[in-house]
Amino acid sequence: MQQRLKNRLGIMGWLGGGRYGMDRYAYALHRITGLGILAYFIMHIIVTGQRTGGVERWESTMAFFGSTPFKIGEFLVVLAFAFHAVNGLRLIFVELGWWIGKPGTPSFPYTYSTLRHRPLFIVFMVVAAVLMIIGGVDFYFVLK
Amino acid sequence: MNKSATQDPSIIKTVQFEVLRYNPEGNEAPRLQNYSVPVIRGMTVLDGLNWIKEHLDSSLSWRSSCRMGICGSCGMFINGLPRLACNNQIVHLHSDRVTVKPLPNYDIIRDLVPDLEGLFEKHRSVKPYLIRKDTEEQEKPTGEFFQSQQELLNYIQFAYCIKCGLCMSACPTVATSENYAGPQPLTAGWRYCADSRDEGLQERQEVLYSSYGVYRCHFAGACSQVCPKGVDPALAIQLLKKDAFLRSFGFGKKKKAGPVLPPVRDWTPGGKIPEAPAKTVPRKTE
Ligand code: SF4
Ligand code: FES
Repeated sequence: MQQRLKNRLGIMGWLGGGRYGMDRYAYALHRITGLGILAYFIMHIIVTGQRTGGVERWESTMAFFGSTPFKIGEFLVVLAFAFHAVNGLRLIFVELGWWIGKPGTPSFPYTYSTLRHRPLFIVFMVVAAVLMIIGGVDFYFVLK
Repeated sequence: MNKSATQDPSIIKTVQFEVLRYNPEGNEAPRLQNYSVPVIRGMTVLDGLNWIKEHLDSSLSWRSSCRMGICGSCGMFINGLPRLACNNQIVHLHSDRVTVKPLPNYDIIRDLVPDLEGLFEKHRSVKPYLIRKDTEEQEKPTGEFFQSQQELLNYIQFAYCIKCGLCMSACPTVATSENYAGPQPLTAGWRYCADSRDEGLQERQEVLYSSYGVYRCHFAGACSQVCPKGVDPALAIQLLKKDAFLRSFGFGKKKKAGPVLPPVRDWTPGGKIPEAPAKTVPRKTE
């Protein structure tokens, strides 16, 4: 019997799967940070919901989540949020057709939308990095 | 470079081909097989595979036809990227090892042969042909549909697609979502929607803007990076999104299909076309 072999890359296709440009890694990070932020929001709702259980319950919950590992976790959420928000804004620009060029007649060596968009990509990533640093400084003093 | 001195002087070096083998009839797991291939100037990866087939292993299978980047049948995963085997010279890979695997994201039929049927099915689902209200005119044309040079430029880039399927292999969304339409079919859809002679958007939007349509794309751009024809599917997908946005807020231009031009009358050729020379050999029927 002849059998086809499945060859879909699955989640590994997000993380690598070839020698691709940086936009593809921004894609992967956007999806991963999106899922991370979603998980955080669900937790956040459960945690703040503890307030309805009375002051004591709320204070013990806050003391538990005030420990260093959770602070580090929160800092990771800040990093994820900075990247996801700035990259999301960039994607909105892209979807409105800004800074990706116009179609024409392709001639070799080909240029394409992601290459034409690269300067804006770099600017947005720098903005995300600045937000991350600000978040880091803030957290450093909070942790202290 | 390990040039073998005893051989033909045109041989520049010998490279190791590492080729994925899969036999659908046996129960063996797929494996990588090594072959030493002498390389001459201008030799493509496809030439290398042909050399292996002729000299080392006649059982190796792959798909190819035109060997000039036109038919789109020799797509393979070569040294870390989906590429056309006939379109890439071995020396340009800058490596003494050439790893050749079948295109990812497609089932493997045998060795390097992917099953592209899913791609073609999705391509057909976007109705990749001119759809017009004047079907009578399409069936029995009385003239040409008008199109300006600028209108042609709106879609001609996307019409260069050869359906090789490399973009679908590179796309990370296709990697996790079997139902996602994917860069090639979406680009084919936009190629026709952007055509000034077409009126088929209504019929295509069910596929293009479904939950498995354009909004699953987050501009990873790998499709455009690997496209051997400079089609830029990532651009086509963003233009589809932009078009939907503009239309939903009433900003888009109302599209009116290009009119039928009146037949050309009162036209005679320039007068400089020379007469055909007299026949020198009588036809058989004469
Ligand atoms: S868009 Fe490019 S990569 Fe994709 S099928 Fe067409 S020619 Fe191949
Ligand atoms: S053999 Fe036709 S594109 Fe490579």
